Amino acid sequence: MGDYVFNQRHLLGLADYSAADIRHVLEQTRTFREILERPVPKVPTLRDKTIVNLFYENSTRTRISFELAQRRMGADVVNFSAATSSTKKGESLKDTIRNIGSMKIDMVVVRHESPGAAHFLTKCVPAAIINAGDGAHEHPTQALLDMYSLLVHFGRIEGLRVSIIGDITHSRVVRSNIIGLTKLGAKVTVCGPKTMMPPFVEELGVRVTYDLDEALRDCDAAMALRIQMERQDGALFPSLREYHERFGIRMRHLEQYPDFVILHPGPINRGVELQSEVADHPRALILDQVTNGLAVRMAVLYLLSGGSRV
Amino acid sequence: MPSRLLHADDFDRTIRRFAQQFTEPYDDLSPLAIIGMQTRGVYIAKRIRDRIREFRGVEVPLGVLDITFYRDDFRSLDKVPTAKITEIPFDLDGLDIILVDDVLYTGRTVRAAMEALMSFGRPHRLRFCCMVDRGHRELPISADFVGITVPTYTTERVQVRLAELDGEDGVVVTEGA
Repeated sequence: MGDYVFNQRHLLGLADYSAADIRHVLEQTRTFREILERPVPKVPTLRDKTIVNLFYENSTRTRISFELAQRRMGADVVNFSAATSSTKKGESLKDTIRNIGSMKIDMVVVRHESPGAAHFLTKCVPAAIINAGDGAHEHPTQALLDMYSLLVHFGRIEGLRVSIIGDITHSRVVRSNIIGLTKLGAKVTVCGPKTMMPPFVEELGVRVTYDLDEALRDCDAAMALRIQMERQDGALFPSLREYHERFGIRMRHLEQYPDFVILHPGPINRGVELQSEVADHPRALILDQVTNGLAVRMAVLYLLSGGSRV
Repeated sequence: MPSRLLHADDFDRTIRRFAQQFTEPYDDLSPLAIIGMQTRGVYIAKRIRDRIREFRGVEVPLGVLDITFYRDDFRSLDKVPTAKITEIPFDLDGLDIILVDDVLYTGRTVRAAMEALMSFGRPHRLRFCCMVDRGHRELPISADFVGITVPTYTTERVQVRLAELDGEDGVVVTEGA
């Protein structure tokens, strides 16, 4: 760790981050997790920064988490959501960001339905860009908070067996997690209906199974994904009930395989990817994930706030 | 050529003096707590705590403070500094806190520490202890307990050396580049 220097300017995806970069973010997250336990859970570190949250897609928890992280660090925050903005009047992403850029901003957090939107913004404004989800490409802060939650629970990531269950094709959370987890030496299994499994997924270095029991049998952590109704073009499975029967994690699985913990990026469809009792079970780390998400985002904002910008 | 201002035995004598000075006004040590500042202040604070345990038989609460997030020079830094852990496992309200650091110089670190501590509560009293006061203050701050006071040039480097990190105890002044 001695000579290591964090040299990233943006967070567009974990594909651009080395294992050392990811470890550094997780290490710094620990210090922010401690701040959240203080009687006054605030630091003034970003008090001279202005941050724009540019959300072209609906989001509740990611946007709130980012905004709270920004306020906890004293930044000035501007929120932009496509539904209530000039986008409705036909303004392009480029024009929007250029206009916002003229207002002297330091960082942009962006969520957009097009893969590569965050990367595109780096060419339009001199601010640090953080990707909060771009289409089915990446959602790096979600993967970082998942990894941090695993790190806190197990004390390590290397060698952990993580099974990810659900719609592998349409999930940016999966992509970021596969990239991040394998970089840190975890063994990843993906599991879901054949219609939701992208071709050549093995090339990402993961094991593939279409059998939930097979995925859960020897795993340390199971990550259930939300079935995203908004990204389904056609019917990829016959019914929600049938999905639950074959790929939903139920109490039976917790009893049968007594060791694994459960992660879920939220929001949960109870009775679909998780049986309701499973979502509330002590082995579910889901609410820890939310708190950890705040600390991870504070760490990312902090690490990308350096350097003087013009 | 580095000049040595404190040797290992002077160093230990200073630690014992601090332990005496910290505890002298108290019959009952329960209002007292020590907070060491990352990184070297933490080691010095631990030594003082150990000395107090030796001759008063009481374990004074010890906290660790990192002031990275409260620095006032972020704008002039090219890279953000790596933050270290803060751990204050007790409630500050109503306590007499003594903050411990290795070197007192511009006073900016102490200012940041005071701001940081206020987000943990409202101590009854906050005092400051340093191993070396080398002058050149940029803020109206002074120490309540000082190991040695040394007039220095700003080009010089003052280092508090610790057995835990450097293999030996002492205070050394070297010419800057």
